[in-house]
Amino acid sequence: MRTVDLVYFSWVRERIGRGEDRIELPETVKTAGDLIRHLKGLGDDYASALEHENVIRVAFDQEHVDHDEPIGGAREIALFPPMTGG
Amino acid sequence: MAGIAASLTVRVQAEVFDTAAEISLLSAGRNDIGAVVSFSGLCRDEGGTLEALELEHYPGMAEAEIRRICAEAIRRFDLQGVTAIHRYGKIAPGAPIVLVVAASSHRQAAFDGASFIMDFLKTGAPFWKKEHRVDGGKGDWVSAKDADDSARDRWRQR
Repeated sequence: MRTVDLVYFSWVRERIGRGEDRIELPETVKTAGDLIRHLKGLGDDYASALEHENVIRVAFDQEHVDHDEPIGGAREIALFPPMTGG
Repeated sequence: MAGIAASLTVRVQAEVFDTAAEISLLSAGRNDIGAVVSFSGLCRDEGGTLEALELEHYPGMAEAEIRRICAEAIRRFDLQGVTAIHRYGKIAPGAPIVLVVAASSHRQAAFDGASFIMDFLKTGAPFWKKEHRVDGGKGDWVSAKDADDSARDRWRQR
């Protein structure tokens, strides 16, 4: 297992109840999508924030990735809703 | 690409920016630029119901992503310079949120470049708007619009 930093934004942050976490990654968690499903099993706050998996956007080390992207050596993983800037 | 390298300025800041000054700065000291197009995005009051927008951003990635989008626009449209500024924090109706200035030899590239940057920025730069309502009601996070995805995807089909 290794440690990764998670950061959350917007209503994902609000529903989880904090802006960041540091978690141990089980060996079975290999992709962004695996991580989302893993987090949903950690508690109701995560389950509520990540209920609609397809809506959740993911960034590895500050670059957008698809849900099937292998986590590889990413150190900072961000989870957030679709963006509404501009 | 022209002999002079394209200039790229990207800023993510809480402070208000001076649109006219940014437009002047982009072309200052250069005689090769023939067209400058600017886009300013302002906070609407939504029929008087909105007290302010609060913009959350992902520090670091917000600037990096805007920089990636602008660099792609410079390559694709052969732009001579781009300035992109995006604000975060609480923004009142009437105040500016975002500025994109694109410079090129001829007008079409500048129009297209500014439009391309905005279409990708809206869907890919990590910012989120939350509404604060005049009546004190609990504000909602603004929902992403399918139309914004469609506007972005048009560029991928060209």
